[in-house]
Formats: sequence, C-alpha cells, structure tokens
Amino acid sequence: MTDIGETRPTPEAMLKLAHAEEEKAAKGKLKIFLGYAAGVGKTYSMLTAGRQLKKEGIDVVAAYVESHGRQETDALLEGLEVLPKAMIDYQGVLLPELDIDAVLQRRPQVALVDELAHSNAPGSRHEKRWQDVQEFLNAGIDVYTTVNIQHFESLNDVVAQITGIVVRETVPDLLLDQAADLRLIDISPDELLQRLHEGKVYIPAQATQALEKFFRPGNLIALRELSLRHTAIRVDEQMRAYMETRAISGAWQTRERLLVCVSGSPFSEKLMRITRRLANEMKAPWSAVYIETPGEDAFARENRERIWQELRLAENMGAEVATITGTSVSDALVDYAAKHNITKIVVGKPNKSRLRELLRPPIVDQIIRKSGQIDVYVVSIGATERKEGVPQKARKSFSLKGYLLACALVAGASLACWAMTPFFSPTNMVMIYLLAVVLAAVRLGRRPAITVASLSVVAFYFFFVPAHHTFAIVHTEYLLTFIALFTVGVVISTLVARGRERADAMRTREVQTASLYYISRDLAAAADTPAIMKAVRKNMQESLAAEPLFFFPDKEHLRFVENEGQLEPDIKEHAVADWAFRNLQAAGRGTATLGSSRYLYLPLKTSANVLGVLGLILTDEAGYTSPQIRLLLDAFAGQTAMAMERAHLAKQAEQAQILATRENLERALLNSISHDLRSPLASITGILSSLMEQETGLGEQAKQELLTTASEEAARLNRFVTNLLNMTRLEAGVVKLKEEACEIQDLISCALSQMEQQLRNRPARITLPPDLPLIPMDMGLMTQVLVNLLENAVKFSPPESEIDIKARLDKILLRIEIKDQGPGVLESEIDRIFDKFYQVPIPEGRGGTGLGLSICKGIVEAHGGKIWAQNHSGRGFTVIVQLPRHGLPVEEGNGA
Amino acid sequence: MSQSAEKGVAGVRILVVDDEAAILRFLKTVLDSEGFCVYKAENGSLGIASAVAVRPDLILLDLGLPDIDGLEVIRRIREWSKVPIIVLSVREREDDKVMALDAGADDYLTKPFGAGELLARIRASLRRALHDVPQPVYKIEDLEVDLVRRRVLVAGLEIQLTPTEYDLLRLLVTNAGKVLTHRQILKQIWGAGYIEQPHVLRVNISNLRRKVEKDSSRPRYILTEVGVGYRLKADFSGNAGGDAGR
Repeated sequence: MTDIGETRPTPEAMLKLAHAEEEKAAKGKLKIFLGYAAGVGKTYSMLTAGRQLKKEGIDVVAAYVESHGRQETDALLEGLEVLPKAMIDYQGVLLPELDIDAVLQRRPQVALVDELAHSNAPGSRHEKRWQDVQEFLNAGIDVYTTVNIQHFESLNDVVAQITGIVVRETVPDLLLDQAADLRLIDISPDELLQRLHEGKVYIPAQATQALEKFFRPGNLIALRELSLRHTAIRVDEQMRAYMETRAISGAWQTRERLLVCVSGSPFSEKLMRITRRLANEMKAPWSAVYIETPGEDAFARENRERIWQELRLAENMGAEVATITGTSVSDALVDYAAKHNITKIVVGKPNKSRLRELLRPPIVDQIIRKSGQIDVYVVSIGATERKEGVPQKARKSFSLKGYLLACALVAGASLACWAMTPFFSPTNMVMIYLLAVVLAAVRLGRRPAITVASLSVVAFYFFFVPAHHTFAIVHTEYLLTFIALFTVGVVISTLVARGRERADAMRTREVQTASLYYISRDLAAAADTPAIMKAVRKNMQESLAAEPLFFFPDKEHLRFVENEGQLEPDIKEHAVADWAFRNLQAAGRGTATLGSSRYLYLPLKTSANVLGVLGLILTDEAGYTSPQIRLLLDAFAGQTAMAMERAHLAKQAEQAQILATRENLERALLNSISHDLRSPLASITGILSSLMEQETGLGEQAKQELLTTASEEAARLNRFVTNLLNMTRLEAGVVKLKEEACEIQDLISCALSQMEQQLRNRPARITLPPDLPLIPMDMGLMTQVLVNLLENAVKFSPPESEIDIKARLDKILLRIEIKDQGPGVLESEIDRIFDKFYQVPIPEGRGGTGLGLSICKGIVEAHGGKIWAQNHSGRGFTVIVQLPRHGLPVEEGNGA
Repeated sequence: MSQSAEKGVAGVRILVVDDEAAILRFLKTVLDSEGFCVYKAENGSLGIASAVAVRPDLILLDLGLPDIDGLEVIRRIREWSKVPIIVLSVREREDDKVMALDAGADDYLTKPFGAGELLARIRASLRRALHDVPQPVYKIEDLEVDLVRRRVLVAGLEIQLTPTEYDLLRLLVTNAGKVLTHRQILKQIWGAGYIEQPHVLRVNISNLRRKVEKDSSRPRYILTEVGVGYRLKADFSGNAGGDAGR
C-alpha cells in the first residue's frame, strides 16, 4: 500500500514515485472490468473495448474468453485473434485453461483474459489464473480482465455474510490495487434479474440452486453498493496520489499503522480481512504478525500449514508480514508494535465463559493492559464456526508413567511420615509431603505435580490427621495446608515448565542465529563460485538437513552446475528452476507455483540482478511450510547471492587492475617502440632529403658518408623490427624451436656477417676450441641472440675497442661469452637488464627499448639454457649464454 | 653500369611479380639501368599470364601475393617451364624459403635487400640458364677450382680434399652464387637416404672451410644461409666462371 506522507512531498517521495513510475512503465498494465454479479456484462464490455483497440491498430488477442455459448459474446469474438486454449488432462478429463506460453510467445500488446479469479486445473503451472496474468504483466503485456466484487480477498467474508455463499476463488487485493484502470460495469438489479430470466446469464448446471439464492434482490443491491463503494474509494486514492505528486495541500492523513496477530485460530482470517478494510479506509499500512510460542512443536502439521496460508493471505492483501518468537503472545505483540511504530492493534472480541476468563485472563485483556500508548481496536468476530482440527493449545501427551511415579512418591512420603509419627507433629509431616510435591513439580511436570499435591493432601488427611482413617475435616488449618500444597505444586511446576520452554525457545533461536552466522562466516571466506557452493552445501546439510542444487545463468539460459557429484535434475525440475529465475519468485515445493515439483527453487537475487537459482530439498517435509524455516531459507539465498556478487565484483576488480597494469606497460612499450622506430627513420629521411637538395654544396665524399650512414640506419631499423617481431612471438608463446645440430663457428660467423657494417672499425676476436661438437639449437634464433648481444657490445663500449667472442664446452654445457670493453652495468642492476623494458641509463642519452636482452633471455630459456652478465673490475662487461649440450634443460646451480 | 651491356644482357627479359608499387619501381629502376628488359605483374594470376605471354628469362617472385600463394605460382610455372625463379621474402619465414626452393625456385632474396645482392643473384641464376656450357675454372679471390683437372688451389697452393669434400665443392662451384638447400646438397652428394642427416653436411662444410677459407670463422667463400642451406660466393666483376658471352 502506498504510504501517504505527513507533510508535503519530500524529494525522496518524488524519487520513489519516479521509480515506481519507471517500474510501472516496464510492466504491463492491468485493466479490470469490475461487476457485482455474473451477467452484468463484464465480458461483453471487455470484448467491446478489445475490438475498439483493434480498430485503433493495437495488437490485441483474446487469450482466454469464455462465452459460455452466449450468442452476443460470440459475435464480439469475431474478428479478434483468439488463441487456442491449453488442454490440461486431469484424471482423464480434458480441461481447457489459459495457455501461458502461447501468449508469452505471441507477445501481443494487449491480452484479453476472462475470469481473473479462476482456479486453474491441477497440473497447470500456477494455482490461480491471476498468477498467470501476473506473468503477462511482468513480461510487459497489457491485460484486460474481468472480475466480480466477491472475488476480492479482503471482501470475501463480507460477501459471504451478505449472500450466505462463501466464494472460494479469490484474487489478492495487492494485484487489484496495482491495476492501472478499473472500469465498473453497473446495471440495476432489476435489469439483471430481467436478463437472468431471459436466460442471458450463464449459470453452471451444478450451481443453480446456490445461485438462485445468490440472485435475490436484497443481495444484489448490497453487492452493487459494495462495488460502487470500492470504486469510489479507488478514485479517492487516485485523487490523493495526484494531489501528493503535485504538492497540492489537502487533508493529509495522519500516519497510522495497524497490526493484527495471526494465531492459527479460525478467527484469524476474518480478523485479517477486517484489518485490511480498516487499513484501506484509513489509508494506513498494516502488518500481520505470527507469534511462535515454544509449545509449538506439538502442533499438528495442519495448523502450521494454516498459519502459513494465513500469512500468505495477509501478504496478498498487502500487509507486511513477520514471524517472531516469544514466550508470551501479548508481550511479543506489544513489543513488536512498539518497535514498528504501530498506532493501532486490532484484536477480536473473545467469547469465553466468564469463569475461564477469571482463571486465565484472555489475551485481549493482556494486550490492552500492556499496550500503553497504542490503541487497541476490539472487533466482533461473529458466530464461531468451529473449523475442524484446530487445537487451541498444546496438549501434552498423556504419560502414564508420570502418574504412576506420582503415586509412588505419595506412597513413599506416607511411609516416611508413618515412620516418623512418634517424633513429629502432623504439621511438620506436611513438610515431607511438600518435598514430594516439589520433587514431582520439578521432575514430572504440572499434572503429576497436581496429582501428587491432591494425593498428598488426601493421604495426609487420611492417615495422619486426628480422626485417623476418616475423612472428617477437623480443622480448617488443614484446608489451608491443602491449598498451600496445591499452590506450591502448581506454581513450581508451572515455573519449571515455563523455564524449560523459554530455554527451548532460546535454544531454537540460538540454533537458527548460529546457522546464519556460520553460513555468513563461511561465505565471507569463499572467494569463488565453487567455494561458495561448497560452503552453502555444508551449511545447508548441517543447519537445515537440506540438499542444495545450483543453477547459474550461462549467457541467456539457466544451467545446472554440478557440485560434488550431484545428479542433474530432469527437464521438469529444470523448467521450474527456469521459471523462478525469470520471474524472480520462489517456485516449486511449498509454493503456489508448480508446487508438485520435488525441489523448492529460490532465485538468488541482489538489488541489481539475479545471479542464479538455488534449488533445495528438505528432509523434513514440514519445513516447507514452516514460516521460520522459510525465512531462514530466504536468508540463505540472500547470503549466497551476496557472496556471489562479491566474488564476481572481486574478479572484475582484479581484471580491471590487470588491465590497468597492462595498459601502462603497453603505453610504455609504445612510447619506446615509437622512439626506436622513428629515430633511424629520422636519420634516413634527413639524409635522403639533404641529398635530394641540388643546391647543397655537398662533396662526393660527404655524399658517400651520408649514404653510408643512411644505409646503416636502415640496417639498424631492420634489426629492431626483427627484435620486435621476435618479442611478439615470444609473448604469444608461439616460439617453436627448429632444433638442428649446429656448428658454433658457423653460428658466430653468421652473426658477425650480419653485423659486418657495425664491426668494421672494431677488432673482433674469436676464440674457439678446435673440436667443438655440433650442438642442437635453433640456428636462426640463436643467431639473433648473438646479433643482439653484439649490438649491445658495440653500443655500450668505446668505439674501436675490442670485442671478444669465446665459446667452450663445459661438461654437458656449452658456454658462449661476448665481452666488450665498456663500463658495464651497476651491480645492483645486473639482473634487471634482462627485463623487458629496462634501459641502462647512459650519460649520452642514447635511449631505446631494452628489448634486445629480454629477447635473448626468452630465446635462450626456450632452449632450456641460461643467460647472465658479469662486470669485470677495471674495464669490461661480459654476457654469458649457456646452453645444454644435448638439448636437455640446464640443472640449477650450474654456471653463474 | 654498362658492364651488363658488355655482358650481353641486352634483351634479357625479367618478369617482376610483386604487389608493392614501391618495390616494383625500385626493381624496374635498378634492372633497367643494368640493361634488362623489365616486365611487371601485380599479382599471381597476372604473373602466370605474363609468364606465358612474355616468356621471360628470369622471374622475380614475391611470396606474399594477394591472390595466389607464391608457392602455387612456382608450381604452376614449373609445370611447363624451367625458367629461373628468384623469390623475394620477409626474413622471418625461413620455412617458406626452403619450401619455395624445394618447389622449384632457384634462389631467394630476403627483404629488405640491396641492389648489389639482387644483381648478384640474378646473374648467378641467369648464367645457368643462358649458358648451359659449364665453365671449367672457378676463380674468386684466392680460391681457384679447376673442374677439369680436379685441382683446388688456395692462394696458389694446392690443397688436398677428400672425394666427398671435392664433390661438395664442385657442386657449390657449379652453382656458384646460387643457394643450395641442405636437402638438395645431401640428396645430390650423399643420396636420398641422407636427407634427414644435416649434421653430416655440417661436418663436411666445416672441414671444407677449414681447408679452403683463410679464417674459417669469417668465411668468405662458403657462406651459410641460416635455416636454408649454403651458397658459394660468386664474383661478377668479370670472373667466377661468369664468362657470359665474353
């Protein structure tokens, strides 16, 4: 129910309204054709409206229209697209029902659905047609539908009162409140009766008698008034909403909140409807609360089911529903009321006998006494029709053993007293009986305690009071004794029982809280989906004795995800899970949707989206309808969803970070590549352009020098491009070594010939042992390695200084050393020079990427070898390449 | 550069098949100035058609053509012609070069290449084609090989080679300037069974170099083509058996 604020609309209210508007825009709109009885012409009006829409060009289909053979209705169906009905097989009979999937697939703009309150045949997806319609609305399809006033949930009892007929098929007020438009189809009762006589009103054959009762003029007038009044209230609401959004000050309502207690008694339903109507008239929100007292375990399952139904009913009527535990109903209720700013509590007028009222003050009085500032509305509930099987209080099971022990205690006490007759006066003997009573109260329970008390009095009176063995009461003192014993017995046993119950209640609550704690703790530690699934499974098994199934979306479709060897459920179960996923509602066992499936399916939803579906099967059947268990399950689902979202977000954050780091690296790379590509090009361009200038007075020699330089720069550029390509391949991991037996001398000479131009002014000394065997390696790549090393040697050593190339065999390793006479590298940096973008800081400022050495490293390591560098004290810097002689990986600890 | 004119290259037709306009321009300029008759084709099918129409004496073929794979072009041309084909390729794809040579190409050039290399290879391949008469003496710098008398002289001194080494040297000499793949050499000298045993070749080349080269770590005659094979350097400044029509 919408809350109407107490002052002018706050920004929050406006925002809420905007949100609501947005949501509404996405959902389909429901238009209701309301009538007060069958035969007023709702279907007729709906079809007429539908035809009008079609004329205007809107896509309309008749999803389910029951003409019941009426000619005028049939005539209206002509020209409209009528979708075929789905036939549900129920015990051999084919029943026509609304084909939900056909409509969803067809996706009209507007669907005409007759008889919103209809109950679907068993085996249909939903229990009620209004649930089908809700699916359409969620899918964005507008729906026109017909409904009678007596189908309104909150008016159900009033209508029953008026007509004497209890209508079973109801529609929750929540849905009706959300309807975008309500059209009242009204004709005078006389006209209606006329039509009835003319046979224009459809009456199913079985119901003739009942409906004749229904169609009495008095009834019709009352129903008509009811429908008119309801429509008026709705218009009033709309006006208020309008006034609120436009900040038109009007008579603002004070903020009322109502509360009603659900107890499982036959009065609860009626009480709820009354509360709902009150709330409606006051424009106030209302809550329904179920108070679970400790003696619950003995309750028959029926009652639990009934309470569950009542809570759902309350929810459907628009209440906020809660379940709380407490030992005293009145305390818990008042407590809740105080915490939630309840202004009025609605209770039913009791009609117990006066005597019982004295003994046990009825709850109403307790509530009234404790309610403090909160108003209490006491409403008359009317004649009590006792519904079957409603135990009003827990009945403790009859235990013969307890009573026998009680008798034994009395006998024991009597014996003891008899033994002490010479020593004590009778008054003191009472104490022994008192002890017996206390013992019985503590150990055996209330009734045995009372039994002991009674028997003790009798025994004492009979055996030990003067005038032995008779029952004449001599002193009234002994009456006092009797009363005292009795009271003690009752009080102590009650205290003990209550204490135990409280302890039990607390234990249960503690267990539930603990299970929530455990699962949140376990989920907090779970970093990814498998860990989450494991944690959930463990906790469900321990806390709820339930087995979970997990379904996660895979692009568009929901997929079963196997976890620790579970079997995939069949297609039907999968379909239920799918439904829960798409409609963001619980489905399956214990719900109103597809309740015949084996599992209960809860969608894992967060505020933003739905992350999957959790299916579960409870070992204890009662759990499906226990409000406590359901709340716990919802909490589990919520926690799981949050954990998954957290894991997902963490992964996203990690990826974002990786991406950021990579982007940084790439930027650095691009910058330095750009430098290394552009520098030689700059030289070449400069040289070519200057040579093209005819006017420059360049001599032949100068020209030759320029051309030589340009040629060298071009070669340098070529080498850089080779390095770049090699780096790309190394990065991509596609370096495939073409290993063949190579001659080291050949390798060195190839590298030298590639560097011929660079080395022309430098002596290069080659030292090789005479009998070097052939070594397996990829010659092309290793040539590149040597070329890079030579290039570095040239770059970082003084011009015309010597370069030393040595190779030798060291047991199973080949060692190639390239030594230059340059200054070398700082000791602290000597390992880092093989990193990808490392640049040795040089005073001359010759920059460039450090790709060369990192490529050498990559290639050497791909061969299973090692590469490292050494400074020489004084002058000199050597890079050493070590390769396995037979193509095996180098063992650790060799070399360096 | 009128040397080529002296060598009677006038009228020699060279077909250049490459999709890069700049390369075509460069090649045409260089080859024109050498006196060759240059024909151009921008893609594989045009290349094949031109080969039929023009009947060139040499084809320069780029491996990276847009329409047909270069290898396919070689195969098709080889179906009806023995015209020398020199492939132009990018350095990284050594396997491509070997495959091209195995498919029937005579030599290759790695981009980027200089004019000197280009002309050297063209002449090496043309020599064979234009003048089938094998030359008796190969001479370059200090190396002299007399094929008739089976004598090898290094700086005037005769050296002794094993029969295998001599065969190897002779194969290189008769293909001076052209590349020979490992497979080709192994097959020719040792037989088809040795194709998968390149180390045999390496050892022999190494021995040969030691005997023939002044500094075998900086070989001047027997050059290694990394990943492909070997090539004997040829000098075209008037010698090296290249007495093309002298």
